[in-house]
Amino acid sequence: MNAGTAAAGAKPTTPRVEKPEAGPLREVWLRFLERPSAVVGLAFVVALVAIAALADVIAPYDPFATDWGAVRSPPSLEHPFGTDEVGRDLLARIIHGARASLAAGLTSVALAVVLGLPLGLLAGYAGGIVDGAIMRLTDALLAIPFLILAIALAAFLGPSLTNAMVAIGLSATSIFVRLSRAQVLAIKAEEFIEAARAVGNPPWRIALRHILPNIVPAILVQATLTIAAAIIAEASLSFLGLGQQPPAPSWGSMLNVAKNFLDQAPWMAIWPGVSIFVAVLSFNLLGDGLRDALDPRQRR
Amino acid sequence: MLRFLARRLAIAVPTLVIASMIIFALQQLLPGDTATALSGEERDPEVIAFIREKYHLDRPLPVRYVLWAKGVLQGDLGESIRLQKPVLDLVAEKLPVTLQLACMAMLIALIIGVPMGVLSAVKQGQTADYVANGIALWGLSIPNFWLGIMMILFFSVYLGWLPASGYVPPSESLIENLKAMIMPAFVLGNAIAAVMMRHTRAAMLQVLQSDYVRTARAKGVAPLAVILRHCLRNAAVPIITLGALEFGQLLSGAVLTEQIFSVPGFGKLMVDAVFNRDYATVQGVVICTATTYIVLNLMADVAYFLVNPKLRRA
Amino acid sequence: MRHDPPLEHRRNNRWMKEPMTRVVLACLVAAGLLSTPLQAQTLRFGLMEDPDALDPTLARTFTSRMVFAALCDKLVDIGPDLKPVPQLATSWNLSADEKVLTMTLRPGVKFHDGEPLDAAAAKFSIERHLKMPGSQRRGEISPIDTVEVVDDLTFRINLKTPFAPLLAQFTDRSGMMVSPKAAQALGDKFSTAPVCAGPFKFVERVPQDRIVVERFDGYWNRDQIQIKRVEFRPIPDGTVRLTNLRSGQLDLLERLAPNDLAQVKRDAKLKVGSTVELGFQSIVFNTTKDTPIGRDARVRAAFEAAIDRNAINQVVFNGEFVPGNQWVQPRNPNYLAEFPLPKRDVAKAKALLAEAGVTNPVVNLIVYANSEAPLVGQVIQAMTKEAGFDVRIQATDFTTALDLADKGNFEAYLYNWSGRPDPDGNTYSFLACKTPLNYARYCNPEADAAMAASRLSTDPDKRRAAWKTLADRVQADRPFLYLFHRRLLWAYSAKLTGFGDYPDGLVRYTGLALN
Repeated sequence: MNAGTAAAGAKPTTPRVEKPEAGPLREVWLRFLERPSAVVGLAFVVALVAIAALADVIAPYDPFATDWGAVRSPPSLEHPFGTDEVGRDLLARIIHGARASLAAGLTSVALAVVLGLPLGLLAGYAGGIVDGAIMRLTDALLAIPFLILAIALAAFLGPSLTNAMVAIGLSATSIFVRLSRAQVLAIKAEEFIEAARAVGNPPWRIALRHILPNIVPAILVQATLTIAAAIIAEASLSFLGLGQQPPAPSWGSMLNVAKNFLDQAPWMAIWPGVSIFVAVLSFNLLGDGLRDALDPRQRR
Repeated sequence: MLRFLARRLAIAVPTLVIASMIIFALQQLLPGDTATALSGEERDPEVIAFIREKYHLDRPLPVRYVLWAKGVLQGDLGESIRLQKPVLDLVAEKLPVTLQLACMAMLIALIIGVPMGVLSAVKQGQTADYVANGIALWGLSIPNFWLGIMMILFFSVYLGWLPASGYVPPSESLIENLKAMIMPAFVLGNAIAAVMMRHTRAAMLQVLQSDYVRTARAKGVAPLAVILRHCLRNAAVPIITLGALEFGQLLSGAVLTEQIFSVPGFGKLMVDAVFNRDYATVQGVVICTATTYIVLNLMADVAYFLVNPKLRRA
Repeated sequence: MRHDPPLEHRRNNRWMKEPMTRVVLACLVAAGLLSTPLQAQTLRFGLMEDPDALDPTLARTFTSRMVFAALCDKLVDIGPDLKPVPQLATSWNLSADEKVLTMTLRPGVKFHDGEPLDAAAAKFSIERHLKMPGSQRRGEISPIDTVEVVDDLTFRINLKTPFAPLLAQFTDRSGMMVSPKAAQALGDKFSTAPVCAGPFKFVERVPQDRIVVERFDGYWNRDQIQIKRVEFRPIPDGTVRLTNLRSGQLDLLERLAPNDLAQVKRDAKLKVGSTVELGFQSIVFNTTKDTPIGRDARVRAAFEAAIDRNAINQVVFNGEFVPGNQWVQPRNPNYLAEFPLPKRDVAKAKALLAEAGVTNPVVNLIVYANSEAPLVGQVIQAMTKEAGFDVRIQATDFTTALDLADKGNFEAYLYNWSGRPDPDGNTYSFLACKTPLNYARYCNPEADAAMAASRLSTDPDKRRAAWKTLADRVQADRPFLYLFHRRLLWAYSAKLTGFGDYPDGLVRYTGLALN
């Protein structure tokens, strides 16, 4: 459901029909830097990636090391975030959990783009029956509640982080099919495409050389926002026991366990929740910043 | 107009068929079947074989799909094997709950989202705009289920003001009903409010820059009146469209929220049904929600069509 | 929409026609306005899940038994020492060759529809359990050959072979009597409006929301029933169930999480009831799997030696459960003292692994993806790691786990059994060759002979000797690793009085009252 929300949120950016500008990258970067929230988002995302990459080095404890003597102990100097239900250090698990969340966000969206973009290009460019078939399939997928689709896929593939990512990626594919198709339709009517066609370029070359570069910005923005939604989706699936398998940490599964100890150990629920929130927020900030920077009309 | 509608309807039918096929096929791929789930602790092989035969689980997939589709065309969504009740009855039972939750969530989203969007558009670039944008981002980024847990922790465990969960039919006690529904409705409405706010803001900005608003202002119409009478009315179309779509999403089951607050609605019905391999129920509810989703989409299209003169001419 | 107005209407009408009822009702309303509200006579009971079909012949779940305890009385009930005591049958007599059981019914018992419970009705019910397509009871009482009506209240059960657990089976759903008239009228839809001879009659069921039953005035033990109405509300989440109890939306809940016990004990408005389950929590090993732990009983012995049952109990269950190493719990009269609970011994585990010639064996362990099983799995994983095991946990939903177990696609499976009063119900189906619950795929002639012997005689000494032989075999072959026994915990409002100790974990309504 969150994937749908993000898609809706990105709708206004879709009609972008300008030709690529001269030396656009530098200009975009400068516009991006003008927005403090975007820079904060980028910084957080970079920090998140660093934490995930360096988890083994910076985590204060082994995230799997259990301590029967210190089960569900509150935050202290020794365990700044407290310990969990079998006495593992929560800070260490949050740090290692960043890997699962990031992997889920990035991999599933990459999968969705890899599947969705070509389908969208094809549908938009070819039109006719091909377009109809692809779009009916996409509509059908969108009409099925996202979590039900994901739960069924995850249950079918067997619960694991990888399979949760596949499930999320497949469920998110339809967003990218729709988006890239809409972009292609808008750009197809442009004069420079007509010109390219008139010179005798074959369709595949027009699609790849002229259309694709023009729709990349919109896809990029949507991808960033979908990563945010995918992180929540992974947490949701793990929350239902269909994501990361124990004892490997994931923020969603940590929350899932924590909800049984709300009264005795609220810290178990607070940290993973805050982590998900911050991660999702950073990607949303980054996405918003990218959108504003890539779309000059949004400039203030 | 009629041709447009007919074309959209013609598209909606195959979409529904494909959606039903996808969910049908996907369910059959799940490990185990209804008989596995239903045979109970004793797991008598004779009982398992009996259940399989009784519910045609031993027939090939296409045959079962045809059997099911035939029933649907005659208005029969099949029977929940687990609950031994017609799926249509189940839907009729859960729909009021889900509807109430969806309506309350929508109301909350509108009450928060629209004024905030108007405010941030009018005060573009000022502090109020930033605050409103911040709140919207918060709403988009906070995981539903975590917000739910935190609210239970605060309002139920710590303050003891609201029941942690459960559902009281309004016929029993309206106040208890509202007390039980307010938290899940807020959790759901919160995220939608964020989307609402963003769209309202965008639509308002567009209208505010249009010529006739400038004219109205120049003629000396008071700003508040301008905002309410001219701008909001014009900005209403995208808001309504978006509202319809979000409403469709809500009906298709706020799975996790219902799970956390134990609200006996569509989402919970579906999740339980998936885990119990109650094929008919999953299938029936998905068809209902998919239909709702498609119909709402259709209505949104019609609304666009009526408003956008360019489309009308085409 | 959620109510069924016509039914409600009809009931009210019938009620109001009786002048006495009207007077009583008026008094009650007056009393209610003055002191306690009318609602106080309704017991709201929070269940862990929505029960399955409310038909004693078809029902499968532990939770549905909670509802049956209100709806359907049984031929015999289970006493505190796990021996059968009279309920619908007042006396019984087993022939010398143990092949004929003659039972005498309580006179004057009526079903909820007013039909009499006589020998013909008992014969009908037992035959229904035996013959109805899809019956879950057939396996429990399959040695029954025929049922004969002797006179109005006496019937005779002829067995194909002696079957010692028979009476114990009658303390559960196999002993529940249904109204022949209703059962014939409704067929396989009986569960939509069950008609039995218990203290409460069925009113309505809203799936996943509630099941409502109300006091049956024609109940044979009516004087002992003070509760007027019971509303069963399925609330799967333990925390949520408890919160509802604390905020007054429930009066009673079952399967309180052990971790919440301290919290309940702190609350003066709440009380706790508890009993140790008849069943067991265990790990089943697939003995046909070609992996170190599947092939070699020594590896399984090492696995057990590496586990500290007390520590699991402390960490996951706050020390509330009962560590065990047999199919019955240590306090059970059928516990075999010859096999005491072993202590953890990592050195021994390592030695056993060395003897078996395996290093760092990988063990894939299936657990249910609920709130507790993955925790147990993780504790076991951490413990056995010290002995060199590499346990990999696979948390799956219930149906998937069953599917894997049915097909033998597993190595180890964290499995729980709710238990039966007779040890036969905890052993035969799991350990006898090719029985449906024998996920271990264990097959040993000596064990089979011992289990057969335990069924052929009701003589306690002979049965004990048979179980001892069986335990010897299981100890050597280790298809099962018994871990612990759950303590079934109830939390209830202090307003509820008369709450007793229920050995089978099912609340009885006699003597219960809400003040």
